[in-house]
Amino acid sequence: MKENHPVLTPALVQEMDAIMTHYQHDASKLLEILLDIQRAVPLQYIPKAAAYYVAENMKLKITQVYDVVSFFSALHESPRAKHPIQVCSSIVCKVNQSDFVLDSLRDILGIGLNEVTYDHRFTIEEVPCFGACDRAPAIRVHDVVYGPLTSREQIADIIEHLE
Amino acid sequence: MGNTVSFMTRNFGKYDRSSIDSYESVGGFSALKKAIAMTGEEIADRLAACAIKGRGGAGYDMGKKWRQAREVDKPDKVVICNADEGEPCTFKDRTLIENDPFRLIEAMIIAGYSVGAQNGYIYMREEYAHLRPLLLNAMEQAEKKGYLGKNILGKEGFSYQLHLYSGAGAYVCGEGTALVESMEGKSGRPRMKPPFIKQCGLFHLPTCVNNVESLCLVPSILLDDQNEYQTYGTPGSMGTKMISVAGNVKKPGAFEIPFGVTVREIIYDLAGGVTDDNEIQLIQFGGASGKIASADILDTPYTYEDLSAAGVGVGSGAILVVDQRTSVLNFLRITQAFFSHESCGQCTPCREGNTQMKRMLEKIADKTHTAQDLATMKNICMIMKNASLCGLGETAQSAFTCAMERFPEIFAVRTEGN
Repeated sequence: MKENHPVLTPALVQEMDAIMTHYQHDASKLLEILLDIQRAVPLQYIPKAAAYYVAENMKLKITQVYDVVSFFSALHESPRAKHPIQVCSSIVCKVNQSDFVLDSLRDILGIGLNEVTYDHRFTIEEVPCFGACDRAPAIRVHDVVYGPLTSREQIADIIEHLE
Repeated sequence: MGNTVSFMTRNFGKYDRSSIDSYESVGGFSALKKAIAMTGEEIADRLAACAIKGRGGAGYDMGKKWRQAREVDKPDKVVICNADEGEPCTFKDRTLIENDPFRLIEAMIIAGYSVGAQNGYIYMREEYAHLRPLLLNAMEQAEKKGYLGKNILGKEGFSYQLHLYSGAGAYVCGEGTALVESMEGKSGRPRMKPPFIKQCGLFHLPTCVNNVESLCLVPSILLDDQNEYQTYGTPGSMGTKMISVAGNVKKPGAFEIPFGVTVREIIYDLAGGVTDDNEIQLIQFGGASGKIASADILDTPYTYEDLSAAGVGVGSGAILVVDQRTSVLNFLRITQAFFSHESCGQCTPCREGNTQMKRMLEKIADKTHTAQDLATMKNICMIMKNASLCGLGETAQSAFTCAMERFPEIFAVRTEGN
């Protein structure tokens, strides 16, 4: 997707500065810094401009920043949505009918996997096990796990409560 | 003997997890006080006497690990807690941190003292981000109380700091050298060994990596004057173990069991039995990298020796129950897809082996595979096992190889006129 949103807003720059200061511009904390920045970006990803900003301010090569961004699946290079909904695709959720969760989400939101709703509020992503196997089938939105999900109503209710 | 015990889980629900005073009121930090009156050797000996095998999955002797770490003659050393619990179906470390965060902090301080480290690091998977505030608060309070910092508890020369690091969704970072790479602000690709991280690990310093559960055992063991721990388990598998049971069971959960409870007791008593009382298709032990067995294994005691004799292993402590609604073939395809996603792509056996395995499973699903295909695949699995750079590639073929032995019917080659 093209980056057609203004990304380096003064507010975001301020936030990125605060995040890097919090971690004392420590290069070994690059993962934490990028994760926090991603949380601060409205569409939950690392915009190119932000990656360059981090590299410049932490005196790192841009290749090191992208080595990390492209390697780790929790970091995203392209815009997602305000609320990325992560569906566990691991074996534990699969044997607990997680396809039903995926189908319900598709149906309720009217989008497919990795697609974004017209208002940029939701996207559906499949992720490997997030360690909530005792609550399978589960989804994760902004670090919060919901599960076990057994009915369409339950899923619709979660979405409704995401502002 | 009951099916569950409370040895390392004894504090669960007993104290306010956000308060160090509350933790101290249930005996918190008394193990640390006891530890600093001992020498590092004595602590390592104590662990060796309990024959603790590392609980991350590899099962390395913990007493030996701490002794070796102590013996490395370098001024700067580090201890790392591997909380990157990424094996599907494994959530015992999460349970330990969630219910008793201060215990991990105390154990990390004891580890630092014991091996002679100045810094300790907890590397926790991003998926457990919700537990960060709990640990950060515990670290902050411990520092205020003088359990972290300079000359801890008045012990001259014992200075130690703790740091919390986050992963970012990479299973491979559970591997020690990949974890260390990731903590240096790089992508988490495993290093070539040697040098081993015990000599040259994080920031090129000697590094001692321990799993959350292994560490959480330590405070209880040091306070165990009556040798209660040794009364649990079997001669070959002393003590207790955290297990996590999930999949098609009625009551999934993490439990602390004495070694020796049977798999049947775990699945039917602790986890409430199979969903809708379905028949068991297969059971996988130790996460996605673990081996699989049929229901024939139900009466096997859960011990290192018995599981190994039955052709599976303890691994991460995960027990995944799959009922007959899922075919063995589908199970293999889902497990394989996980490894394709998680392979870092650095070494050929793992990268190409997984690609070939994926194609083979597609062929088997279409019933277009030949005997020659199977023979080739067997060979590829052998190469993955022996020539991969790290444990991920080595074990990515476990379930597949196991299935070839134990569920040969799904690999049956279509014959002429059939």
